Amino acid sequence: MHIKEEISERHVLTLTVDNEAGTLARIAGMFTSRGYNIDSLTVADISEDHATSRITIVTKGPPPVIDQIIAQCERLIPVHKVTDLTEAGPHVERELALVKVNGTGDQRVEAMRLADIYRARVIDATVSSFIFEITGGPDKIDTFVTLMREVGLVEVGRTGIVGLMRGSEAS
Amino acid sequence: MTQYILTTNDAALAKPPAAQHGPQTTLRSEILIMEQDKKVPEKSGAEILIDCLIEQGVDTVFGYPGGAVLPIYDALFQQKKIKHVLVRHEAGAAHAAEGYARSTGKPGVVLVTSGPGATNAVTGIADAFLDSIPMIVLTGQVATTLIGTDAFQEADTVGITRHCSKHNYLVKDPADLSATVREAFTIATKGRPGPVVIDIPKNVQVATAPTNVVNNAPKRFHPAGEADYIAINKAVELLANAKAPIMYTGGGVINSGPDASAALRELAELSGAPVTSTLMGLGAFPASSPAWLGMLGMHGTYEANMAMNQCDVMLCLGARFDDRVTGRLDAFSPNSVKVHVDIDRSSINKTIRVDLPIVADVGTAIRQMVDVWKGRKYKAQPLDEWWSRIKGWRAVDCLNYPASAAEIMPQYAIERLFNATKEKAPIITTEVGQHQMWAAQHFHFDAPNKWLTSGGLGTMGYGLPAAIGAQLGNPDALVIDIAGEASIQMNIQEMGTATQYRLPVKVFILNNEWMGMVRQWQELTYESRYSESYSDSLPDFVALAEAYGWKGIRCEKPEELDAAIAEMLAYEGPVMFDCRVAKRANCFPMIPSGAAHTDMILHSDQVSGTMDDEAKALV
Repeated sequence: MHIKEEISERHVLTLTVDNEAGTLARIAGMFTSRGYNIDSLTVADISEDHATSRITIVTKGPPPVIDQIIAQCERLIPVHKVTDLTEAGPHVERELALVKVNGTGDQRVEAMRLADIYRARVIDATVSSFIFEITGGPDKIDTFVTLMREVGLVEVGRTGIVGLMRGSEAS
Repeated sequence: MTQYILTTNDAALAKPPAAQHGPQTTLRSEILIMEQDKKVPEKSGAEILIDCLIEQGVDTVFGYPGGAVLPIYDALFQQKKIKHVLVRHEAGAAHAAEGYARSTGKPGVVLVTSGPGATNAVTGIADAFLDSIPMIVLTGQVATTLIGTDAFQEADTVGITRHCSKHNYLVKDPADLSATVREAFTIATKGRPGPVVIDIPKNVQVATAPTNVVNNAPKRFHPAGEADYIAINKAVELLANAKAPIMYTGGGVINSGPDASAALRELAELSGAPVTSTLMGLGAFPASSPAWLGMLGMHGTYEANMAMNQCDVMLCLGARFDDRVTGRLDAFSPNSVKVHVDIDRSSINKTIRVDLPIVADVGTAIRQMVDVWKGRKYKAQPLDEWWSRIKGWRAVDCLNYPASAAEIMPQYAIERLFNATKEKAPIITTEVGQHQMWAAQHFHFDAPNKWLTSGGLGTMGYGLPAAIGAQLGNPDALVIDIAGEASIQMNIQEMGTATQYRLPVKVFILNNEWMGMVRQWQELTYESRYSESYSDSLPDFVALAEAYGWKGIRCEKPEELDAAIAEMLAYEGPVMFDCRVAKRANCFPMIPSGAAHTDMILHSDQVSGTMDDEAKALV
């Protein structure tokens, strides 16, 4: 007997949660304990009184599992609202990455040229290195990082994505 | 400036030198005190906690003292309204609280110390979580200044219980205690009930806070209540037009309260539909009704499982399509329209896709259905054909077993126990295994809150402490733990608790000298390779009973059984009944692992001896 794999869809969920001790552990741990995937997770305080945080989770699973993930998130006491951006319609997703590249001569020139095309900003430079700051959708950042590998990539830091619904309504 | 306002000079409770433990922090209670009139009376965290418990109507607490809860135990000592029941092991406290809760409908309350006290209670917390039992677990914790230092008896209780409780808290300030306790009781009892853990560091129990703290915390818990009217109408229409309807009910009907059971009986009467129930739901619908099909699922009746498979409309009320109920998912009730009423949205479409989900309190929803049915003057379809098919399945007589004159058949023992006690409407608890399934099959319940068993988690050792809790909540009731000789040993130390509080619980052990259900699976799946399933070195249960101040009775012959049961019932105190039953009997009918409802094994001669890996892996 072999373990079977199921076909998965990528979904972006945003959760409005109480900003209190243990909330992140509760949510992240629920994903682990029920065997759900987390591709990326971001969290930050978003309210004036510091009482509420927004968590953006990118997850994968077959549609019934995604539905369960949402229901299980909603079941947690500190979770006020869960929105499936992927399901809800047009939305924007953005991620920030810091990309460190080492190189001299042509490699260095090429790195700068590519950074310009991708609208990455230089936020640190030495005679032999750059750190680029780039924001965009995950695909754009993936492509940029792949290109940087060719010209001397040293390391990458990524925030994971945040997302909001398009239009005037709150997510 | 000292960090805490101490009511004792105990040096061990005072804050250690700040240099060792980083910057000083100011507690919110301290700010409140500075800002408020100095005359506001103050109480310690422990006293505030006790006040809150009294305010919540708590009359009984199951617990075990230890270092990190001594301030709470001292506050308990100085009051009269709450009775503390001293168990012999914290697992016993949690299961006793479950038994108390399940039999009274009120939340069970547990009080244990930090570290091992809390970890010992975890099985009971997980059990209450899976069976949706309202429970408040108060755990002591090392002082906030010691958290994270691997202090004596420190364990990360909120971390450990995070995913086996409905919610949990670490209270860091006595000023937060009352709001926390109030919210905890709401969360534990409303919506789908469950256990809530409150972890209270020792210094928070000792430090004081003003007693006039008003809880301004926003309400953030909104359980479902009434059902959507349109959905209810649709459900009633489906039920009224069904030619082969079935009601599949669960523990939710019992959790919803006695009114839910009453409404269920009315709806069954109006619709003429047969009723089956999960293990957890037994008693919500009277077993003496002609519409009762018996329990469904792995060890359910042939007629219940066949009717589930063949029905055209399934009304699932407060049940959750557990794997022990559904059998093979792709063969589960293939031709039915499924209506699912559940208070927990996450139970809907979890394993079985349903056609009409209704998120609501099940009792309210059934009552709404009854009202709509009556209001619109629905008439049920003639169900004669459906009932004649059910009659055919009933004729299989699936609970029949080979009788024996030489030895006591375990099914026979349950039958005789039922016969001898049914007039007394006893509360029955069980452990986990064959005896549990035989009890579910052969003991019959006409009222809710009489059947206490560990369904979801399947915890051996549940029955005796649960019986103790039930007896405390129902002092005049006859409470019997139907046990196995293996399970009973898992919390057998609680015999001492029954003795101490003069609780006349009866423990009826079906002793076949095997972990019977394990052996049964080994016979079915592993060609009878009995790996570690024999109950060797059993104690002399009669002598053990006497050692604890109980009465002990042993019975080995079928012809002596009735008299022995009568002797047990006549005795005023606790009794341990060692019923020596046929050693090789197995529990049938049975849907084997990975099989459909229609593939039931009815008798032991149909047992094959091995299974493919897919079936083995399904548990």
